[in-house]
Amino acid sequence: MKLLLAFVIVLVLSAVPYIGIKYAGMSYEFGVIVPYAAVAVFILGFVYRIVKWAKSPVPFRIPTTCGQEKSLPWIKQNKLDNPSGTSGVVGRMALEVLFFRSLFRNTKTELKDGPKLAYGSSGWLWLAAIAFHWSFLIILIRHFRLFSQPVPYLINLLENVDGFLQIGIPTLYITDILLLAAVLYLFIRRIAIPQVRYISLVSDYFPLLLIFGIGLTGVLMRYFYRVNVIGVKELVMGLIALKPAVPADIGSLFFIHLFLISTLFAYFPFSKLMHMGGVFLSPTRNLANNNRMVRHINPWNYPVHVHTYAEYEDEFRDKMKSVGLPVEKE
Amino acid sequence: MTDELKQDDLVKINYKPPKKDWMDTPVNFRHGTYIYPARAKNLKYLDLPNPREWSPTDEDWKLPENWKDIILNGMKERLDKYRSFKVFMDICVRCGACADKCHFFIGGGDPKNMPVLRAELIRSIYKGNFTAAGKILGRLNGARGLTKDVIKEWFYYFYQCTECRRCSVFCPYGIDTAEITMMGRELLTLLGCNVNWVLEPAANCYRTGNHLGIQPHALKDMFEMLLDDIEDRTGVKIEPTFNRKGAEILFVTPSADYFADPGIYTCMGYLMLFHELGLDYTWSTYASEGGNFGLFTSHEMIKRLNAKIYAEAKRLGVKWIIGGECGHMWRVIHQYMDTMNGPADFLEAPVSPITGTKFENAKSTKMVHITEFTADLIKNNKLKLDPSRNDKLRITFHDSCNPARAMGILEEPRYIIKNVCNNFFEMPENTAREQTFCCGGGAGLGTDEMMEIRMRGGMPRANAVQYVHDKHGVNRLTCMCAIDRATLTTLMEYWVPDVKVTGVHELVANALVMKGEKERIVDIRGEPLKEKKGEDDV
Amino acid sequence: MYNSGKIITGLIIFVGLVTLPFWYSIGKANIKPDPSLNTPVINQMKVKHCIESKQFMIDNHMELLNEWRNAVVRDNKTIYVSTTGQYFTMSLEDTCFHCHSNEKQFCNQCHSYVNIQPYCWECHVKPAEEIANGH
Ligand code: HEM
Ligand code: SF4
Ligand code: SF4
Repeated sequence: MKLLLAFVIVLVLSAVPYIGIKYAGMSYEFGVIVPYAAVAVFILGFVYRIVKWAKSPVPFRIPTTCGQEKSLPWIKQNKLDNPSGTSGVVGRMALEVLFFRSLFRNTKTELKDGPKLAYGSSGWLWLAAIAFHWSFLIILIRHFRLFSQPVPYLINLLENVDGFLQIGIPTLYITDILLLAAVLYLFIRRIAIPQVRYISLVSDYFPLLLIFGIGLTGVLMRYFYRVNVIGVKELVMGLIALKPAVPADIGSLFFIHLFLISTLFAYFPFSKLMHMGGVFLSPTRNLANNNRMVRHINPWNYPVHVHTYAEYEDEFRDKMKSVGLPVEKE
Repeated sequence: MTDELKQDDLVKINYKPPKKDWMDTPVNFRHGTYIYPARAKNLKYLDLPNPREWSPTDEDWKLPENWKDIILNGMKERLDKYRSFKVFMDICVRCGACADKCHFFIGGGDPKNMPVLRAELIRSIYKGNFTAAGKILGRLNGARGLTKDVIKEWFYYFYQCTECRRCSVFCPYGIDTAEITMMGRELLTLLGCNVNWVLEPAANCYRTGNHLGIQPHALKDMFEMLLDDIEDRTGVKIEPTFNRKGAEILFVTPSADYFADPGIYTCMGYLMLFHELGLDYTWSTYASEGGNFGLFTSHEMIKRLNAKIYAEAKRLGVKWIIGGECGHMWRVIHQYMDTMNGPADFLEAPVSPITGTKFENAKSTKMVHITEFTADLIKNNKLKLDPSRNDKLRITFHDSCNPARAMGILEEPRYIIKNVCNNFFEMPENTAREQTFCCGGGAGLGTDEMMEIRMRGGMPRANAVQYVHDKHGVNRLTCMCAIDRATLTTLMEYWVPDVKVTGVHELVANALVMKGEKERIVDIRGEPLKEKKGEDDV
Repeated sequence: MYNSGKIITGLIIFVGLVTLPFWYSIGKANIKPDPSLNTPVINQMKVKHCIESKQFMIDNHMELLNEWRNAVVRDNKTIYVSTTGQYFTMSLEDTCFHCHSNEKQFCNQCHSYVNIQPYCWECHVKPAEEIANGH
């Protein structure tokens, strides 16, 4: 049900620009207004969300320690999994953000007869996640060729590396395949693993299908149904020079692609995709475990009722004296 | 307690979630899976709201009239106060990596015990009331309205989480369901929906300084018994001091250490060690509890109970503090005490008077973990040890959740154990150190009426012990946590009856060669040091 | 503990990266490609017509060339029959460059605009004009 709904939403989102372009001639709306709006919503929304998080303080230092603490000098500290200073935290965060360190630990628990519990390492989720995110990033960067004139050398380099197999015309990019395969895997896994399926919401299926749709339209444009790339670049360059104009004959496939991307951008700040920003703000990862070395300040620390020693002694003074415990007041 | 629970039934676990959506599955309070509610007198003693007599199985929980506003305002307040709460509410991608990492899910199969779903119980309310997307899209976006059934569900599942943080190790964003459980319990506290197993110790601790409500004169009596036992078994007479002003060091440990078997043997270890060193230290009857059940109630309660330690250190004029073997106590001391009740500028940065070692890692909080202290002694050859006195023991070590995942104190206890005994075996990698499994009874769950959940939740831990028991003949499970010493004992009796539970300093007590001791023929439990001759030889 | 400094820095970097294309384009002339047909051979043609229709060539020249290469190298075929029934030798140098002897003003106009880097020149010699100009 949830799955179907997500699927239908993505289909409708693909149909909208197709109809709009083909039958209503709304190429200015879909080529200029929608992308501008999407980028604006994305940037403002993203900043808004981060600022909203940032407004709540981190009252306590609560890193999850995943290795040996810094203690006696002869005990080897695990500086990356249990950092005690800034450089360690930067290292830990870099591993998390670039290589999904925590996900890499993933295991699969199995109950066998006996009963015996077995914990097999389970790297597929990690692998698919890495393949998906890195492909996404590389593809995004590769798109810079449509956003720059002249195209920087680094982009050339990236394209050459990505296409080093030199299969087909135009050259097949490895990341195109990886992206689609990884998203497909993540999607199938969501349906096939009963527990994951049980926790999945429409808002979990939707981004996967949306990104698959984006990837698919991109691949179709590149390898199967050619669109007018020169026209696309003219459109894009016009957009970023703030002199928008829509060249004729770009092909409706491109507008579907563009519309889905615009949807993704606009949807991003209001969805779980904000994990991109959130991962940097996670207090169990971005804090050093130097708790007993440096006092952490809680900005809203307030005085509380405590049971003072005086109250305690008042209640128990006689009993204390009877067993020879020293007291403050005789 | 465990009699009615059949192991064969327990291990028939169905991990397959039901067909029905979790939002449509109401909670079912079944004997053995929930804790009795807090008595009115305990709530009153702690000035907590809505004291009353009630039961979770009642239809009407006697919530305050405006319970909904209380919860929503409480959520808003906490979202504004804790970035952790806000970020964790927003960024979960429901990847499911945490799902089979929770011992309660592994041992029970209830889908709402998957950390991600435990968090969704509250996230769904957050979405429905605090996010635009949730308000507009409703259930499509995982949002739902706040009803009394939601409160019941929270009570059930936030007291089926031991705040062990294992899920947080595996989550790609470090989402710590323990933190979410803490928020959930705080919110329940606002309605007076607490459990007695947490609030009674908390109230006792508030009044008498310790969980068990031991009054100062009785506390001294208990120590007399321990000291007699020590003299009986070692021939050494020890005379510790209490509430002594001007001592160099204040020692604080959980009260279970001087009250309950097998914690008392660990406590005897501390007493013997400090005596042997001639340490200038004192116990306190006012700060006679290291543990802090505030951690299982609310942040405010943590602070109220914890305040005694620094207050007493200041009153007695000590220079620094040593803390005994405990798990959740050290979560509080390491991650909360200095922030809440510091700065401890009336104390000095800790320096071991025996070795001269500066405990750099404790220079602000000024409280040193006993295993840090002892490991340093051993490294500097300050102790005479005879590990062969532990030879009849085949030992494994359980990393308690909080020392492992909130401190990272992993090597210190191992170093000590390896120096005081000869037969040490690690449990499998996926069940030790930062991946350690909870005893199943932490965070206020260690009560008898929770037995089914405890035995289920403890199964992964027990299973790993079973493994080293079968493979290496392990017969002792060492840990450095007072809750563990109680809960693991029950757990072992149920799952691996040949294994007994021990604290690290009990092993030290056995191995420690003391000045003026008599020939040691029994261990600190009064059992023969060596297996009876003959049994093995025949 | 808000860490506002770090968060604001992070946000500025983020917004900077996202809007990079805008900054990058400032002050750069946006010259659109303008492939030139001004070569001696083409100028002499009465009907200016490539081997296939203009639209077909724009869309498919890369695949056509790829097919040619395979046909010549693998199958030893050298003659291409166009849709209008004309015969052409399948050769980049002899057929294509015969008319389009101006790589820079023709091929590269579009290729460099959208950053296409065909690997033709790994084997082929560039058109004569380019060599003469020192390329
Ligand atoms: C700093 C940047 C980012 C980091 C560190 C990061 C990390 C992760 C990790 C560890 C997962 C869990 C594994 C998985 O389910 O695949 C995940 C899931 C996901 N990420 Fe990201 N991500 C980042 C940025 C993005 C961006 C920019 C997008 C999309 C435009 C994105 C889309 C997704 C999606 C759709 C999922 C869910 C996959 C599923 O449902 O199984 N991420 N991310
Ligand atoms: S591992 Fe983290 S992100 Fe994944 S489902 Fe669990 S809490 Fe959510
Ligand atoms: S903190 Fe521990 S008990 Fe609670 S959800 Fe996570 S793994 Fe389970």
